[in-house]
Amino acid sequence: MTKSNFEVLRAGINTTYQDLGRNNLYQIGIPFSGAMDKRNYLLSNNLVGNKNNTPVIEFAYQGPLLKLNGERTCLAITGDVNFNILKKNSKIEKGNCYQTYCLEDGDQIDILSTNKSVYGYLAASGGFEVELFWNSCSTNTKAKIGANNGEKLKEGDSIKILKSEKTYQLKKLNYFNTKIEQIRVIKGTNYDYFSDDGKKNFLEKKFTVSKLTDRMGMRLEGSKIENIIDTNIRSEGLIKGVIQVPADGNPIIMLSDHGTIGGYPKIGVVISADYDKLVQLQPGSIIKFKEVSLFEAENLHKIYSMETQSILNQIR
Amino acid sequence: MIKNISNLGDAALYCDFGNEVNKEINSKVINYFKNIKEKNISGVTNIAPSYNKLIITFDLDITNFEKLKKEIKNMDLKSYNNDKNKLIKIPVCCDDEFALDINRLEDKLKISKDQILKNFFAKEYFCYMTGFIAGMPFLGNLDEKIRLKRLETPRVKVPKGSVGLTEKFCNIYTFESPGGWNIIGNTPLKIFNKSNDLNPALVNPGDTVSFFKINRKEYNNWNDQK
Repeated sequence: MTKSNFEVLRAGINTTYQDLGRNNLYQIGIPFSGAMDKRNYLLSNNLVGNKNNTPVIEFAYQGPLLKLNGERTCLAITGDVNFNILKKNSKIEKGNCYQTYCLEDGDQIDILSTNKSVYGYLAASGGFEVELFWNSCSTNTKAKIGANNGEKLKEGDSIKILKSEKTYQLKKLNYFNTKIEQIRVIKGTNYDYFSDDGKKNFLEKKFTVSKLTDRMGMRLEGSKIENIIDTNIRSEGLIKGVIQVPADGNPIIMLSDHGTIGGYPKIGVVISADYDKLVQLQPGSIIKFKEVSLFEAENLHKIYSMETQSILNQIR
Repeated sequence: MIKNISNLGDAALYCDFGNEVNKEINSKVINYFKNIKEKNISGVTNIAPSYNKLIITFDLDITNFEKLKKEIKNMDLKSYNNDKNKLIKIPVCCDDEFALDINRLEDKLKISKDQILKNFFAKEYFCYMTGFIAGMPFLGNLDEKIRLKRLETPRVKVPKGSVGLTEKFCNIYTFESPGGWNIIGNTPLKIFNKSNDLNPALVNPGDTVSFFKINRKEYNNWNDQK
């Protein structure tokens, strides 16, 4: 039984329910979706004592203003986020990320903005009551799949909070998000479609993250990557992290809600270890690609996973 | 069977079945897809079949490229009976308000609107793959006389239900979406149903599709009759 809820007083720019996403549906055109920054997603759930795959609220740039109705609820915010707790008695407390807070009936949380990053996460102890599609609540607003009828949260919506079975302890974690400017990539399956100058531009020049960036993809601007074979390939599967280069020579990186089939040549693929940091780059950020081998990428993934695990262990 | 397996990034296999696009090669892709799916190989998270490629993603915490490549290469292949594949009949209304690009096709192909539609409705089509957006089927092969490239500038919004042609393929827009195919009509039939967990897509790779023409009144009433 749900007794408590958050009333959405302001929805924010792109506020959705997310979890670890859904598998094994590429063949019908449905991508993984799920939280963009997996590490921060896992940290938010673990801070409030939830299981790893519990639905959370993901927000981008400006987050929501939420009012708690009902029972005492513990929550945590992760990412690089500027937020306030507004107590019912009008006291305002500045919030810290990676720290748990308990809200009482009538208290509000005002998630003002993500600082020099894109995505942040709000987890509540017990999780949220949401509808699952193929075992996941993850909202894909383009396909209208996921919790809340596949839509972003809007003003006036009610976020139902499930009662936590655990007695709750307040927790605090020392963790700082680091930014990266260098994105490591493995050569793509159509690397040879590009001219020597094009390849050089790809691996040596700087690119700017454009405003045309969302959960589906990140468009980059900079030195053009010249194609010398064909600007189209036979349509085939895509995965997140693939860098496609259409005829205009500007690379596009596929992100979590990407279309599952595409027909532009693939110049490279972002390595798994750099994905969480990649998605946090705001429009206007400058990035440079660096080529690594498959062997190096696998090792970098191991290191990144171990690092995530050791941060999670500090919570327990 | 698979000509070459390479890595796509650090967490996916890229299986190449050759450059051609035909039913035979595509059937091999679909057969591999079904085998891998049924085998439930540890660590495999997604399998994307297309005309002549198969992409398999995996969880890097559980397996890796070399290990999975070996498993796929040494896999015992079962043949799937094609009888299970369905023939699906899809109603299409080609009134002017739906046939957004019929005039463009007439101009570029130099054949009449009636002849274009006649050729289109005369054939049965094979579903090579589903995707891009949820449930969108890629069907072929179109009659040679009605093949045309994509629009030079893709539409920002193609209406839901639109039936489009491009080169030797046709498709159905299951949602409103950006797109550049030449639209010749619209179907009232629901092609993707997210509340059907097990079979959300009406058309699946390996299925056969035929289209039949309906008028505007039938279009309007289509979903009431059911």
